[in-house]
Amino acid sequence: MTASTTAATVAPAEEVHHLQHGVVSALRDSWIEATRHLRVIPRNADLLIFATLQPIMFVVLFRYVFGGSITIPGFTYNQYLMPGIFAQTVVFGSAFTGIGIAEDMQKGFIDRLRSLPISQSAVLIGRTVSDTLRNMITFAVMLAVAFAIGFRFDGGLLRGIAATALLLAFAYAFSWIQALIGLSVKSVEAANSAGFIWMFPMTFVSSAFVDTASMPTWLGKVADANPFTLATNAARALYNGRDPGNSVWQALLWAAGITVVFAFLTIRRFTTTATRG
Amino acid sequence: MPIVEAEGLVKRFGQTEALRGLDLQLDRGTVLGVLGPNGAGKTTAVRILTTLLKPDAGRAVIDGVDVVAEPHKVRARIGLTGQYAAVDERLTARENLELVGRFFRLGDARGRSVELLRAFDLAEEADRPVKGFSGGMRRRLDIAMSLVARPRVLFLDEPTTGLDPRSRLGMWDLIESLVAQGTTTLLTTQYLEEADRLADRIVVVDHGHVIAEGTADELKTRIGGERVTITLGPEADVGATVAALAPFRIDGAEPAREGRELTVGVRPGTTTPEVVRQLDRSGVDVHDVTIQRPTLDDVFLALTGHAAEERTQEEAA
Repeated sequence: MTASTTAATVAPAEEVHHLQHGVVSALRDSWIEATRHLRVIPRNADLLIFATLQPIMFVVLFRYVFGGSITIPGFTYNQYLMPGIFAQTVVFGSAFTGIGIAEDMQKGFIDRLRSLPISQSAVLIGRTVSDTLRNMITFAVMLAVAFAIGFRFDGGLLRGIAATALLLAFAYAFSWIQALIGLSVKSVEAANSAGFIWMFPMTFVSSAFVDTASMPTWLGKVADANPFTLATNAARALYNGRDPGNSVWQALLWAAGITVVFAFLTIRRFTTTATRG
Repeated sequence: MPIVEAEGLVKRFGQTEALRGLDLQLDRGTVLGVLGPNGAGKTTAVRILTTLLKPDAGRAVIDGVDVVAEPHKVRARIGLTGQYAAVDERLTARENLELVGRFFRLGDARGRSVELLRAFDLAEEADRPVKGFSGGMRRRLDIAMSLVARPRVLFLDEPTTGLDPRSRLGMWDLIESLVAQGTTTLLTTQYLEEADRLADRIVVVDHGHVIAEGTADELKTRIGGERVTITLGPEADVGATVAALAPFRIDGAEPAREGRELTVGVRPGTTTPEVVRQLDRSGVDVHDVTIQRPTLDDVFLALTGHAAEERTQEEAA
């Protein structure tokens, strides 16, 4: 470092930088933060491969290992199972939000962001939005695999797209739960286990893989009350061109409710509590 | 008017009081060294001044803006480099700098990044992911990121902790050149040597409040400065040895003798070769000469009567 170059480089500004305010500026901050994560996706092939292999593994295991012994009235197992796999995969994908936030906290990057004159919520919105965009890539891969083994949009393209969007909205809501977990735990490892552990019972005690009527009565009741069952049923009905009843609206309400409540809790925690240091 | 002014800052974490009425002032264009052991409350103070933490009591104003009332405005005026290099490891050095530039809505975030990459000697690694950077390079990038928007005050929280000795010297050179360009800086450190070299004024912090302040020379005078210890040979004449040391002695410093070791307080900047040459000329029989520079422990011993204690619990929050 030479004195001549630094002279022009670090001298304090005469004018304090113009401050940005308002919703538009906050959205722009969020997008700048989202691109921080998006631009590394192509560089992190390991993560993307893992995030794709896991659902392919589930597709193969359930479809070919258990599929023969599982019969669902009114469905081929393939058409029944795929929406459940999609739902589980995108909801699992939301765990990356918590892990990423915990990582940023542990490495001190959150302090950097919090000391900048930007919208504080942009840090969280940017993260959840970029994770949902990554989830879309995973979803596209899964759809390709599903089509290869015979899954079809029996309800037509539009309903297929609607079902996909609904599951992504549901996963987006869950990324806010994960964000709160990521902010609350003490390490990346803890975010990893705390993020995944409850999602196993939530996604398996549901209609994702089997008919809830085949479960012991008490467990079936739990599964029926599970919002994940609701989201899966709604998506399944749309993909297969069946009547979804009220499930679509109820699932969307759940997604909106979880998003509002957990975004509020997460942003409040983010702006009022000390980060680890 | 000072650009940073804190009065009576108090911060509690549960049962422990990290800050118990901390006051400090930093004048424009100067460097303030906040010196203290681990857990003294240095990091807590920096976190309050940089809006990351709210104080339980007291107030702090930066460039005329209250840190609690208008944190957003404060953030537009400061740069922060914390204890852990806050860089995104997945991105390249250039991308890290451009990110900050975009957040500040700089017209030319790219151009600004190029400028800083050159100035901080990172131009050659500009497009490599930070993951592969050494500790010293990360720290340089971290400071460059803090300077993207040309802040009015730069906060450096223990900038050399965890660096190897060579990187530490490099970091000192870098901070000195920043200061030479007029960057107003608040620096925390556990090393008296570091505060001595970089800071115009030093505040010594212990148990969450300031126990002494002044220039490095003022503090050293208070604690007796540097000492030379001479191991005398069997033939040595103590009186002649003391006389030979007269040019280095601090006025009024009494030589202390313990067995064959003689210790005398000497003026700051006295070097071992000087002393050895002088003793040689006087023909004194000497086995060994060492100079001890005062350490943080000496400062604490002199100021508080106890050694610097670690209180890691407080700062863990």
